[in-house]
Amino acid sequence: MSEKRRPRLAVWKFASCDGCQLSLLDCEDELLAVADAVEIAYFPEASRTMAKGPYDLSLVEGSITTPHDAERIRRVRRQSRHLVTIGACATAGGIQALRNFADVQEFVAAVYASPKYIKTLATSTPISAHVRVDFELHGCPINKAQLLEVISAFLAGRKPAISGHSVCVECKLHGNVCVMVQGTPCLGPVTHAGCGALCPSFSRGCYGCFGPMERPNTAALASEWRKLGATPQDIRRVFRTFNATAEPFRKESEAHGE
Amino acid sequence: MANKTIRVDYIARVEGEGALDLRIRDGRVTSARLKIFEPPRLFEALLRGRGFAEAPDITARICGICPVAYQMSAVHAMEDALGVKVAGPLRALRRLLYCGEWIESHALHVVMLHAPDFLGYPDAIQMAREHGDAVRRGLALKKTGNGLMRMLGGREIHPVNVRVGGFYRTPSRAELTSLTEDLKRARDLAVETVRWVAQFPFPNFERGYEFVALRHPDEYPFNEGRIVSSRGLDILAGEYEAEFEERHVAHSTALQSVLKRRGSYLVGPMARYNLNFDRLPSHVQALAHEVGLGPECRNPFQSVIVRAIEVFYACDEALRIIAAYEEPDMPAVPLDAHAGIGHACTEAPRGILYHRYQLDDDGSILEARIVPPTSQNQLSMEEDLCEVASRSLDLADDALRDRCEQTIRNYDPCISCSCHFLKLAVDRS
Repeated sequence: MSEKRRPRLAVWKFASCDGCQLSLLDCEDELLAVADAVEIAYFPEASRTMAKGPYDLSLVEGSITTPHDAERIRRVRRQSRHLVTIGACATAGGIQALRNFADVQEFVAAVYASPKYIKTLATSTPISAHVRVDFELHGCPINKAQLLEVISAFLAGRKPAISGHSVCVECKLHGNVCVMVQGTPCLGPVTHAGCGALCPSFSRGCYGCFGPMERPNTAALASEWRKLGATPQDIRRVFRTFNATAEPFRKESEAHGE
Repeated sequence: MANKTIRVDYIARVEGEGALDLRIRDGRVTSARLKIFEPPRLFEALLRGRGFAEAPDITARICGICPVAYQMSAVHAMEDALGVKVAGPLRALRRLLYCGEWIESHALHVVMLHAPDFLGYPDAIQMAREHGDAVRRGLALKKTGNGLMRMLGGREIHPVNVRVGGFYRTPSRAELTSLTEDLKRARDLAVETVRWVAQFPFPNFERGYEFVALRHPDEYPFNEGRIVSSRGLDILAGEYEAEFEERHVAHSTALQSVLKRRGSYLVGPMARYNLNFDRLPSHVQALAHEVGLGPECRNPFQSVIVRAIEVFYACDEALRIIAAYEEPDMPAVPLDAHAGIGHACTEAPRGILYHRYQLDDDGSILEARIVPPTSQNQLSMEEDLCEVASRSLDLADDALRDRCEQTIRNYDPCISCSCHFLKLAVDRS
């Protein structure tokens, strides 16, 4: 081990499924090398050693849904030189942000027999609604190659090389035949790249799990969906999944009635 | 013995956020609580009004470690509601995908999360300095499971290829057989892992659990079977709610599931193994015997061996399915949306996962009910904790705390799942 101080990495969880932090453990070929290059100072899913801050890089998974978590994310920010959100929950509120369109007390009562025991906020909000975020990595779940790129970039003090283009570009790179041309509605034209155009590669339309690309034309896509036979309800539903409160997706969903 | 409180504020090496709280008064454990502070995400509420076809992708997001389990219980429950049956190669491919998840999830828990307890390390990365071969073996197994899920599902976390009725695209024979060599190597690594974990030092501890698992006429269970128990329960998935109920306790955001007539029960690898040993192929049974495990195992610390045996079985079963695979004519069976109620139970890596949906005329979800394995094991975990701690009161606080945490990790709890779930505080004050 070198004498030089290794950068300190922390991994935090808020309301989420654990899938994005699991992506780090899923780097089976790189995990031991990453653990040599950085000090994994705080990562409770993987280790009992929970070292105190400050940390050079905090990876934050999950959205803010409780008063306690709204406080906790501020403490995380104070201890972190760089803070990167990983995944749709931390970046856009996640599937649990569907409560933002509903009455949360009614939601709690639908699940729990004694709603009075449950402390939750009326909304699920992304980390950026609470603290400054240095970089947002999209995906539900994130792509692990992109995660390694983001970690490497921040540790080298450079900008991560993550493109903001749409899934369509990834389809072209893969040589996929366009599924919309074959009559299958697809969110690829407005969805942020990063998955490698998985759904179209499996003969299915993209369902937008990486959230909106930069400056998407969602209205034009919605009218193409209508031509393919999609109902307003179909369009509202597809924009209201894992990135439902990301601004372009929220607006488009609201344009298709209740 | 003084009065004390022993507390673990954030249990490490489990999936999700929980804590432990142990109270000791006059040398007796008076309360042992598993506190789940994972924020609730309210899935059963947000599923209402969604289309039946959306359930597999939405419920997958309950858990990043066992998304396939959610997708499988969802598709089977929807097919039950719509009155269709998926058979032949499509059924075999679902079983194959589940093999991938069992291998990936079990390898992660056995080697990366559970083994460090027995060998005295804070994590697998520290453990790798002295047990590098074993850790690399575990990572290679995990990679094989993930590779299987990528081939069939597009990606290991939240696969995109599962749909009600079947798949979006089915693999060619050549695509599947490309996995054969890797699975054969993995099967050998699984045997080495079984032998490695079987030598761990196990506390002498057994409890009289009621085991609950699926049972199928001729298969070790994944997707299908009756719900049976070691005390005579034998029901269909549709009868689940008549026998089981979820209780809401103040110290947890996870509901605790109990057998209405008898209370706590245990699901997961130990339950499956005890109830289905005779469904394992003879060479898998022989490996269990070789490492000293009979057809019954009631020591929860030895669940690590059972999980490793299930990894071996899953590699073996995946190879069998691939060898027998014939490409289906269609990737999915046709479906018509209509009103109905559907139930399903499948075997997630951590145990049975129950889904029920009521659908409207257009196939929209009117009501959803999901009971994950960790909710079902929660009461059993607290009872283990109480019993293990009572027998370990002579240990120093640090050692007692370690033992209690290990008791919880025996279950491979999936706290994100159960939350619709852990912090250890030991109170001897």
